[in-house]
Amino acid sequence: MAYSAETVSALKVDDLHKRFGEVEVLKGVHLDAAVGDVISMLGASGSGKSTFLRCINLLEVPDSGTVTVQGETIGMTVDRSGSPVPADMNQVIRLRARLGMVFQSFNLWQHMTVLENVTEALIHVLNMSKTDAQDRGCETLKKVGMLDRKDYYPAHISGGQQQRAAIARALAMEPDVMLFDEPTSALDPELVGEVLKVMRTLADEGRTMIVVTHEIGFARDVSNKVIFLHEGAIESEGPPAEMFENPVSARFRQFLANALH
Amino acid sequence: MDSVWEYRNLLLAGTAVTVQLALASLALSVVLGLVGATAKLAANPVSQKIAGGYTTLVRGVPDLVLMMLLFYGGQQIANDLGSLTGWWDYLEINQFIAGVWSIGFVFGAYMTETFRGAILAIPRGQIEAGVACGMTPFLIFRRITWPQMIRHALPSFTNNWLVLIKATALVSVIGLHDLVWNASTAGRSVREPFTFMFAVLIIYLILTACSDVGLRWLDRRYNVGVDRA
Repeated sequence: MAYSAETVSALKVDDLHKRFGEVEVLKGVHLDAAVGDVISMLGASGSGKSTFLRCINLLEVPDSGTVTVQGETIGMTVDRSGSPVPADMNQVIRLRARLGMVFQSFNLWQHMTVLENVTEALIHVLNMSKTDAQDRGCETLKKVGMLDRKDYYPAHISGGQQQRAAIARALAMEPDVMLFDEPTSALDPELVGEVLKVMRTLADEGRTMIVVTHEIGFARDVSNKVIFLHEGAIESEGPPAEMFENPVSARFRQFLANALH
Repeated sequence: MDSVWEYRNLLLAGTAVTVQLALASLALSVVLGLVGATAKLAANPVSQKIAGGYTTLVRGVPDLVLMMLLFYGGQQIANDLGSLTGWWDYLEINQFIAGVWSIGFVFGAYMTETFRGAILAIPRGQIEAGVACGMTPFLIFRRITWPQMIRHALPSFTNNWLVLIKATALVSVIGLHDLVWNASTAGRSVREPFTFMFAVLIIYLILTACSDVGLRWLDRRYNVGVDRA
């Protein structure tokens, strides 16, 4: 290889713009995650942080800007009406399998057991054999403390358990980067801890994670970089020690003051 | 009832035609329903309009009128086309095929609405989770949308199916020798129309009762993981 692992970012996003009708939700946002980085994205609701995350795996198609996964940039072009579209859908589908995503509302498949949820993409996307997939599935479920619930259907377990199963589903794919879209926002307060604990374990293992969150504590204690979005642009970014102990941005100070009440 | 026993083979043959007609029409209506639902949910305004016109037309016109229109009109158009192009002389549309097309066409519209509602009932996040895992659109349809859609569609599908079985009786007016046609012919010839219609009633009830068993099984199968109220 002509490059060393250090020089290639796990995930690089440049000058991302996204507009919903009249509203410009993202006004040129960038992000550079080295392997092992845990980046927390904070911001008030409507600041564009979830949209940004959804643009990374093209659940939303950005209007302009580039997304690069492990040195491979997602090719974009425009369709006949001039709207941006992926140049090669197969590339997007292939890269999505390397970007694990955890959703706010878990989105476990309701007609499958916990284990089936985890093995589904292993079998049908990564083409693993059923027994190998089940082995890896059980191993991953054990890691998130859900092995004893593997044969339950999502409707029969708690929100915290569902989210841990959803994390296992993303994790089992052994993705290059894991994207978390407000993973604890839909949970009852007493269930938040068990999910954050699992995420902390993943961070300690050196997994690359981009976490959109309202959990100030997680951002401060677990991540090594914090990005604060305000109205679709990066207002302030830096290591948590710097950001939280001596916030230069008045808006970020205001945000913290509101959040900690 | 002796006369009914005497004509049992005729009635059984009619029943076989009715069942075949119902199943073939069902297959066609499911295909049309899936295509129609996909067209209605697609972003393309042209496909939405075509599918919308289809369901509006079918749901606003009596089934019998549409069937006669499709059968006689279809025959007419086929023959006009034949004489215009000179490719064929005279075409007699097979009554069974005509029956399948007309019933399938009519119930395809109802199935379109059934499937459209069922697909809309699946939370968007279920699909997004598949997309985010790197699944292809076809894989998402096969593994996520389809099994969950069936569950939402079954109650209305059951209703459509029962109405469809009964609607097959209408094709006797275009001369297909189905259960109703055979029974009324036999009933007239032995002058016991009531007895034969009573036999028809019983046979239809048996058919719908049998399908009820099958549908219950489907309902159980596609409702795993869901608490029944």
